[in-house]
Amino acid sequence: MSKMHVKLNVNGKEVEGLAEPRTLLIHFLREDLKITGPHIGCETSHCGACTVDIDGKSVKSCTTFVAQVNGADITTVEGLTNDDGSLGVLQEMFREHHGLQCGFCTPGMITRAHRLLQENPNPTEEEIRFGMAGNLCRCTGYQNIVKAISASADMLNGQKEAAE
Amino acid sequence: MIPAGFEYHRPGDIASAIGILQEHGDEARVIAGGHSLIPMMKLRMAEMGHLVDLQAIDELKGVEVGADIVTLGAMVTQHELITHDGLAIAIPLIREAALQIADPQVRYVGTVGGNVANGDPGNDMPGLMQCLNATFELSGPDGNRRVAARDFYEAAYFTAREDEEILTRISIPVPGSGVGQAYEKQKRKIGDYATAAAAVMVGNGTASVAMTNLADTPVWSESASSALAGGDVEGCVSAMLDAIDPVADNRGPVEFKKHVAAVMLRRAIDRAQTRAR
Repeated sequence: MSKMHVKLNVNGKEVEGLAEPRTLLIHFLREDLKITGPHIGCETSHCGACTVDIDGKSVKSCTTFVAQVNGADITTVEGLTNDDGSLGVLQEMFREHHGLQCGFCTPGMITRAHRLLQENPNPTEEEIRFGMAGNLCRCTGYQNIVKAISASADMLNGQKEAAE
Repeated sequence: MIPAGFEYHRPGDIASAIGILQEHGDEARVIAGGHSLIPMMKLRMAEMGHLVDLQAIDELKGVEVGADIVTLGAMVTQHELITHDGLAIAIPLIREAALQIADPQVRYVGTVGGNVANGDPGNDMPGLMQCLNATFELSGPDGNRRVAARDFYEAAYFTAREDEEILTRISIPVPGSGVGQAYEKQKRKIGDYATAAAAVMVGNGTASVAMTNLADTPVWSESASSALAGGDVEGCVSAMLDAIDPVADNRGPVEFKKHVAAVMLRRAIDRAQTRAR
């Protein structure tokens, strides 16, 4: 099968490459672009460790062909740091509230939580749990993950108010 | 888990997509959100030489809410169904069911057209569309035709759609005011298919009842519906239990599935009746 020319915007940077259409986005990100934040967990669209943001949607990159997202804007956990490279609010709050143990699910958790808070800046605990239902943590750390997201919402809302 | 190779196509209109299907016959398949097809391709249970991505076809997009009819483009995602306020007012049953499909990530990309066209007995939308008496619009080499959702499903993964046809739109009559609607789904965990699910509409002396994942097609039952229309809940449940044909699998034995089916149906009827008042 011939390779196709792929052009993406990943974390604000234009990137190009050649890939077979059957290449899964997670493999293109990790192996071609060396963006290794998104993880390969179950590889069967259940666990959410490979979650990336594609044109404003949380998507499992293990169930997406790179051909389908040719031309798209993609954000991974690497793109959620502050401009100076320090940890972004969600990243900081996951650390602060111990929202991770082994950390394998964390990039997917944070990338998904980012979109959840974009869509619902004031989620209830129930809304956080429902909105995060596509991400599994096998260290059973959900309680602190929910706390970290809730604290991020408060902090982001505080920053917004201060800016106004 | 790497699928077999294929040529990728991204046509800009329905006619071009049908042209590609005609040219390559059995070797070509359309892809919408891909969250049913890609897992099958990764397992090499589906292989095709040509993949026809429908994402760039504007004719397949959009939700139109009219006074009497709601029209959904086949590429409308579950997420769009959930977040469309006009749709939630016209037919609240659709949001209620869509929220119970898979998980957030899958709902962003999973489409209503893929859900109804795939013919998977586990999918929620086919039973729902039978309850709502929806009509599917198909486009093929010989033009367009319409098939009622209640006539569309033949067996697991076998539908009235021909290989060179694309399901393009779904039209749904808006239930009258005074008609209560409910969707009840029992699943083992988030993201699972239903052990049993029930879609119910009742009110104004009418009723419609359909169930999911309890046979190799969705089950809409005329006798269950007319029993409920006459206020006979027990008659409705017993007619539906006669109509379903579950098989034992990892969701449980037949007896359990029939039990859960009755529980889901009674709950859905109860909630739909409360909402009809």
